[in-house]
Amino acid sequence: MDNLFPLILFGVLLVMGFICGGIAEKCHYASIREREKQLADILLVPGKQPPEGLGECRTVFVCGSAVIGMDYFKMTLAAFMNFLGGRISVYETLVERARREAILRMKETARREDGRYICNIKFSTANVMGQQAKKAGCVEVIAYGTAIIPRPS
Amino acid sequence: MAELLISTMETVPGYVIRKHLGLVQGSSVRAKHFGRDLMASLKNMVGGELKGYTELLQETRDEALERMQAEAKAVGANAVLNVRLATSSVATGAAEVFAYGTAVVLEDLPETA
Repeated sequence: MDNLFPLILFGVLLVMGFICGGIAEKCHYASIREREKQLADILLVPGKQPPEGLGECRTVFVCGSAVIGMDYFKMTLAAFMNFLGGRISVYETLVERARREAILRMKETARREDGRYICNIKFSTANVMGQQAKKAGCVEVIAYGTAIIPRPS
Repeated sequence: MAELLISTMETVPGYVIRKHLGLVQGSSVRAKHFGRDLMASLKNMVGGELKGYTELLQETRDEALERMQAEAKAVGANAVLNVRLATSSVATGAAEVFAYGTAVVLEDLPETA
């Protein structure tokens, strides 16, 4: 019975991770899609210069960050997928969620300032979990840029 | 322009760069108390956003930017352009953010009309 305990714990964590992680991801995607619709009118402008012909405008530095963690089930699955090689789809969704969340938070900051465009967007990843992050599988993204606020004429 | 302007762009529409004052920077390393670290690692079992760490990242970032702005003010700038954020990893459970940019003095563009 004594040596069965770690196995049971592993099983419980796997099932818990599968259920809770699945629900968390589904809810997060739903909320991302909903907020992306609301903030779709703030344009992300690639490149260093704001669009031409805006007239007089004001600029504000905006940024957003997100730390999204993985669940136990996906971590185990990722280790297995890594062993086999090829695409690690569970990591792809994690990175995508973190990036989209960071962009959304940046847009929300821009919205509070009445920004219409965000120029020269940069991304940076942090490493809060340090060495642990390699095992734990969490992604930390900072998105930042310059919001352009046209002055009412 | 009383307030210090920070921007990721190399120029600011409507202004001319009067003076270039060189690189200014600010960095910050912050951590949460061990209780939050413990909660984060537990949350990591079930997945989802690690709110404590998001908050930590935000605080660290704001502090690094504030320090950069303080340095820019000290050299007499009224804007910091081409701002970048970088991160490093010295300690586990701590966020390290480094902000840097070019301090400049901006002036209103003369009226063309």
